[in-house]
Amino acid sequence: MYRYVLNRLLLSIPTVLGVATVSFLLMRLIPGDPARVIAGVDATVEDIDRIRRQLGLDQPVLQQYLQFIGRLFVGDLGTSARSGGPVTAAIADAAPRTLQLAVLTLLVSVPLGCALGIFAAVRRGRLADVLASILAVIGVSMPVYWIGLLLVIVFAVNLQILPAAGDRSFFSFVLPVVTLSLYSIGFIARQTRSAMLEVLRQDYVRTARAKGAGTLRVLMAHAFRNALIPIITIVGIQFGNLLGGAILTEVVFAWPGLGRLLVESITARDFAVVQGAVFVIAIALVALNLLTDLAYAAVDPRVTL
Amino acid sequence: MSGLSAPTPAPGAAAQVWRRFAAQPNAIVGMAVLGLILAAALLGPLVLAASPSSDFEYQNFIDSFAPSTSEHWLGTDNFGRDMAVRLIHGARYTLSIGFAAVIAGLALGVPLGLLSGYIGGWFDLIVQRIVDIVLAFPSFLLALALIGVLGTGMVNIVVAVALTSFPRFARLLRASVLAVREMPYVEAARAMGTPRWRIVLRDVLPNATAPIIVQSSLEMATAILTASGLGFLGLGIQQPTPEWGAMLGEARQYLFTYPHLLTYPGLCIMAVVLALNLIGDGLRDALDPRLK
Repeated sequence: MYRYVLNRLLLSIPTVLGVATVSFLLMRLIPGDPARVIAGVDATVEDIDRIRRQLGLDQPVLQQYLQFIGRLFVGDLGTSARSGGPVTAAIADAAPRTLQLAVLTLLVSVPLGCALGIFAAVRRGRLADVLASILAVIGVSMPVYWIGLLLVIVFAVNLQILPAAGDRSFFSFVLPVVTLSLYSIGFIARQTRSAMLEVLRQDYVRTARAKGAGTLRVLMAHAFRNALIPIITIVGIQFGNLLGGAILTEVVFAWPGLGRLLVESITARDFAVVQGAVFVIAIALVALNLLTDLAYAAVDPRVTL
Repeated sequence: MSGLSAPTPAPGAAAQVWRRFAAQPNAIVGMAVLGLILAAALLGPLVLAASPSSDFEYQNFIDSFAPSTSEHWLGTDNFGRDMAVRLIHGARYTLSIGFAAVIAGLALGVPLGLLSGYIGGWFDLIVQRIVDIVLAFPSFLLALALIGVLGTGMVNIVVAVALTSFPRFARLLRASVLAVREMPYVEAARAMGTPRWRIVLRDVLPNATAPIIVQSSLEMATAILTASGLGFLGLGIQQPTPEWGAMLGEARQYLFTYPHLLTYPGLCIMAVVLALNLIGDGLRDALDPRLK
């Protein structure tokens, strides 16, 4: 077990380094002279020079890269052009708010999505399966920001029972979480259904039935337990989707999370924050994948590396 | 040639897949909806060309925010532009972005996945690390960041979406190439001294494409959602071009006054994405008879 954990940790080092490299390259993709672009249209030559020196853009690329990586080790993501404060501070303010949305959405959508998927798989080919599958596919086909806006129209404009935006009270959570959950439930239900169908065809399920095990026991102890690996994978992927998908939802509901920070920074050409936020989200995902892999080992004694 | 030659899709194989595909009501609904939207995109602008208000940029402020009438089926927007006309023109942008993004993603992902799976070794190792690294970024986040630095525009959007999707194509194709290259007919081709490139192109690739076909349909759905999301943020296709996501983004300021402006573009995006998802599901079931 310790060796497995250690191995997985070592394997994620090149990925982390790669993520840092991509984040660094992102800034180099700015067409033309980045210093000029960041300074804006009405900047003087002195302004541009100052920014160029500040960002270290006057040095060779390799040196810039090594400095960037070196600063990452001490937790320095640069300075925000907009606020003048450190990028890490802006991210530290926003990240917990995004995490709140993602965790609440998973708490709502994992049980519902799994239940819908298992239900559809068991009633395979019948009306209930058709209806559940249609619901799930509609869930993953609606643009998430559109669902958000429709919910605002119904619950905030017409019925006036929930706030349209902001994060002041408990009720502010309802619409963003429902918005994110609809997609998430559909996604998890679709994957759970196919994972369950795969497992239900296995010999050991037939054996369990033949032994006279009750339907519920066959489903939960024999089938679902074995379908857990693909489902854990899916939940891991979905958590990542949520960190990314929350971007549009946060914009719709003016939620002060990482997504809104990112969009605002892009509009304000605050590239240091863009770079920092992208890096932090990707690193969070790498860590999450690591946890997913460790969870495999916990549910499946066969998994070793 | 004897039974040792590769089972290059025998006559009838495609017909069989089509029969299994057409036997699914969901897949047929998907095809019908996509066909309808495609027809609207191709023929709509020609049919509408009769009156001046059928120009999607035609503005008439006296007529702004009109409800649905016989003249303006779906009403008009803040500039008095006909919503139905704009939606029909918008179908062209949405479909072509989705299509171009998938083609570009395939053009990158297929060669990488094919060679990675067939050659293996250090090439495989490097490609798989690249795939891992790109997949560490949520797709929408990466596309958004790329557009943020590259700037907006049709080509940049296609590039950004393709860069987020190619690793999934590469990984999927690699997995199926790994299975196919151990098949007896590939071994036979190797034993007969067939050149390597010929084995890869004639024996391995055609037999490993099924998952890629399914994925292409699902990726086009994702590409359309991503591009319209960028449009919604004002970072996609720019006004006055009637891209559906951009139309939603613009309509957002009339959320409290004219919510009907938000309804139709969203419905259009949902219809095309739903159709592609249904077609993808149908293809998967048709190409994987194991599940039937």
